[in-house]
Amino acid sequence: MRAVARLVAHPDGRGGTRLTELAGEPPLLLRRTGHRGPVAEVYVVGAAAGPLAGDDLRLEIEVTTGAAVRVHTVAASVALPGRVGATSRMMVSARVHPGAALHWLPEQTVAAAGCAHLAESRVEVAEGATLTWRDELICGRHAEEPGDAVLHTVVDLAGRPLLRQTLAVGPQAPGWSGPAVLGGAPATGSLLVLHPDRPADPPWVHPGGTAARLPLAGGPATLWTATAPDAHTLRSHLEP
Amino acid sequence: MTPSTLLLLLADGRFPAGAHAHSGGLEAAVGAGRVTDLATLAAFLRGRLATAGLVGAAFAAAAHRAAGQPDRAGLLALLDAELDARTAAEALRRVSRRQGRALLRAGKAVWPTAGFADLPTAGGGPHQPLVLGLLSAAAGLTRPETALTAAYQTVTGAASAGVRLLGLDPYRVQALLVDLAAACDRTAAEADRAAGEPPWRLPAAAAPLADIHAEVHATWEVRLFAS
Repeated sequence: MRAVARLVAHPDGRGGTRLTELAGEPPLLLRRTGHRGPVAEVYVVGAAAGPLAGDDLRLEIEVTTGAAVRVHTVAASVALPGRVGATSRMMVSARVHPGAALHWLPEQTVAAAGCAHLAESRVEVAEGATLTWRDELICGRHAEEPGDAVLHTVVDLAGRPLLRQTLAVGPQAPGWSGPAVLGGAPATGSLLVLHPDRPADPPWVHPGGTAARLPLAGGPATLWTATAPDAHTLRSHLEP
Repeated sequence: MTPSTLLLLLADGRFPAGAHAHSGGLEAAVGAGRVTDLATLAAFLRGRLATAGLVGAAFAAAAHRAAGQPDRAGLLALLDAELDARTAAEALRRVSRRQGRALLRAGKAVWPTAGFADLPTAGGGPHQPLVLGLLSAAAGLTRPETALTAAYQTVTGAASAGVRLLGLDPYRVQALLVDLAAACDRTAAEADRAAGEPPWRLPAAAAPLADIHAEVHATWEVRLFAS
């Protein structure tokens, strides 16, 4: 299955946000659910199980100066095996203009047994924009070893690299569950917070030794990174 | 091409760049109770090779490639920013730059005529893989040899730290490294191939625990290793 969805936000001239484009196709449908103050709220509604290997899903988001958008997904997406030798792909690309705000806060991606999944995030943030970007990965459904999943995150701030991370889990990723990478934790994720008026917070490690706050080198940005025994605990570390 | 003595000299832990003072994150992993014996050390080394090992080797190889390019300074500045973006933990950025400084000091003394003036040092020193790449180029090593040196060092340093931290049998730790040799070769080959790509496409293999361990370790008052 191939699907492209597109969301474009502009200021509405009255202090709020107008969505000038909100178009999707199954299984990637977008719904505006309301607003919180000036922030428009949008849900990605998955209309089918999956993604299945072979699926290619793309979501493009553009937030222009003065607009603010918060995007959620209604449920976790479960990457499942499909066509033999094929990969499922979920690509989210976003552009956030100066003075705009984007909060990308989806539910988890679950890497089911036998899956081959690539989740790509490509974000271009202008100087003076605000960004919250969360990615969570659950390695396997209940008591199951995951297939291969790769989470690839590329964030540029004002045309300069801010964050580049590729996390690979599954049979093709040597040592992924070992003590150098996830230490046996089945859940992992990160939350990137970029705020133009607020300097990054200093490093801090959760007393449990499984989550940390990391100020990045390339701008006023903080990355929260965590490993956890389950999705619920993971989320508790990654609430914006 | 016959491998040279220079390759062995640069890869040797006795090269005076202070590598013996670093455990590559192992000390913190031992402190967290995640590495306790030979089997967990083997898993640690495998994961480290596939993440920090691949990224470091790719950047060393890319710096080696940049050494001979007309826009060398511009490329090195790009590589510096790209490596920062792949190193989320401030503690790891600091360690890389401190090790880079130590390697540069040795390199300048050993190859006084090689130019290192265009290495970006803004964050407190040049990143270690970039220095290694330029040094290897100055020594006349090939790009694959440069990648191999970097990948090799990411596992050997942590392995010998394992002997000291856990009191493991050095023969059996050496046997672990022998088991890892093929994976190390493959990682170096992958890093060398990647180095042909533009800087933004270089590998970015991440390890959440490496970041967390590094920040925990940085808060310890008493420790055997600098990282």
